[in-house]
Amino acid sequence: MTTATQTGESVEMQPSAASMKLSFMERLRKGDEAAYLITLCAALTVALITALLAQHLWANSSLSRHQSGWNFLWSSEWDPGSEIFGALPFIYGTLVTSVLSLIIAIPIGLGAAIFLAEMAPRKLSDILTFLVELLAAVPSVIFGLLGIFVLVPFLTAYVVPALRALFGWLPIFQGAFYGVSYFSASVVLAIMIVPFIVSISREVLLSVPASQREAMMALGATKWDVTWHAVVPYASRGIMGSVFLALARALGETMAVTMVIGNVPDVHVSLLSPGYTIAAVIANEFTEATGDLYIHALIELGLVLFVTTMIINAAARLLMLRFKVQEVNA
Amino acid sequence: MQYPPRRRQVINAVMLTLTGLCTLLVVSVLFFILGYLAWHGAQSLNWDFFTKLPAPVGQTGGGMANALVGSLKMLLLASVIGIPIGMLAGIYLAEFGHGWLSGLVRYTTDLLNGVPSIVMGIFVYTLVVLPMRHFSTLAGGIALGIMMIPIALRSTEEFLRGVPNSMRESGLALGASKAQTVFTVIVPSALTGIVTGIMLNLARVAGETAPLLFTAFGNQFWSKGINEPTASLPVMIFNYAISPYEDWHRQAWAAGFVLLMAVLLINIVARVVLQRGRRVSR
Repeated sequence: MTTATQTGESVEMQPSAASMKLSFMERLRKGDEAAYLITLCAALTVALITALLAQHLWANSSLSRHQSGWNFLWSSEWDPGSEIFGALPFIYGTLVTSVLSLIIAIPIGLGAAIFLAEMAPRKLSDILTFLVELLAAVPSVIFGLLGIFVLVPFLTAYVVPALRALFGWLPIFQGAFYGVSYFSASVVLAIMIVPFIVSISREVLLSVPASQREAMMALGATKWDVTWHAVVPYASRGIMGSVFLALARALGETMAVTMVIGNVPDVHVSLLSPGYTIAAVIANEFTEATGDLYIHALIELGLVLFVTTMIINAAARLLMLRFKVQEVNA
Repeated sequence: MQYPPRRRQVINAVMLTLTGLCTLLVVSVLFFILGYLAWHGAQSLNWDFFTKLPAPVGQTGGGMANALVGSLKMLLLASVIGIPIGMLAGIYLAEFGHGWLSGLVRYTTDLLNGVPSIVMGIFVYTLVVLPMRHFSTLAGGIALGIMMIPIALRSTEEFLRGVPNSMRESGLALGASKAQTVFTVIVPSALTGIVTGIMLNLARVAGETAPLLFTAFGNQFWSKGINEPTASLPVMIFNYAISPYEDWHRQAWAAGFVLLMAVLLINIVARVVLQRGRRVSR
């Protein structure tokens, strides 16, 4: 018994001493827990905001979704006055301008990326990369401003006549040209996405292991041989990824496109005719939309844009898994 | 590779020139934009631009003082919302997070980062403007703030991961708790990077137009507090550029010049600081 009480006492003594010590340790541990919880809350907020965004787009487009179902996507008539909403002209315009802008931007962007990563001397490459990153920082409304007042007159005066002279027999270059068109929008878009293709592809190329280059250089290959036969094939998936990121950006680009595409909700084969894109119609008509169905139709267009860019961004991430690219740029 | 060496050298020279020309083309666009805006913008810029309200439709003159203040107010609001959430969540991912939860947060951050800016405008419209029943500076600030979160998060995480593990270990070895180590040792040593990341982030949202169209809307007059619609520089550029008035075009150039200079200046300073920091740390 005595031993029991003694051990009991000693057990009691120890916890009190330990609790003195623990209370200090606990305070520290509590700091840890508090820091953990606060940062966790912030992290969960990010997830919550994203979930809310998807939920709000879904809930606030219900009227339009119930009214026309999947037909919304491929009916081509857009007449808010009679409450007829078909998204085809906008989806078509978005796809045409994005794809055409990629066709223009990929060769130039890839060429510049190869030059900066593989061919140019280090110091020159650093300076030029810096300038390309500055170009990427120019706000889109500025591109729109220059698009209206500089690019469209330039295209009208020089580029379109030349195109017509060379390829006028193709249906995509026929019909009247008023300046604002799919073509003008695509050129502005191409200028805007080139810096992204350059800076991301460049980082993808730089992250190709040196052994890949050295093996071929040891065989006596020139710089271009090394780049084309050893580096680019290795990096091809990452380059595809950078193109997908650029595509997602082109699809969602709003201001510059709105300012030069003409804003006419029709489907035209000719690239020289005015058109419309999803982002542009939302920008132009959202504040003027009267009636719930109209607003819901516009929000459903936003939902379409959100889902499309989400899928393309996911594809880009999958393609770039192997490569180290700075998140700030991506 | 079967070609004779001479021919391969010619191909090399040709491709060097071609890719060099591509680069020149891309970079010359920047100089063209800068030159054109400096030429047209500086001509149109005057003291009225910074001090006066926009002139009523049809009259010439006036300025964009309210738009400048509106933009600054919204950027301030955006920082208050976006920076703490982004930074703390970044600290979570770099220092505390593990397992499926960080995976989820990373995934949703990527998702949020990829949301087109016009869709962000719709979201904040349904989230803030509809319940409040009017456009406001607050709604615009929230839209820009949410746009800042993903990049603030990712740059914070990246710079924290750049801090060597020996720093964490020595902090813990001195008897500091994990929280103390994180907030007194690790975050301060990554601070230059984090701050420049935030500057780049601010410069990016400062030029955003689409999310403001139906959140902050616009205003020809001063906007009091944060509950009234407000003008902002990017939206003014848009509205003035698509207007039919010659004098408004002139002012759009001036505003474009001011916006571009601000954005590029912040970019240049931040990137130079960043480069220097990297060189020192190496």
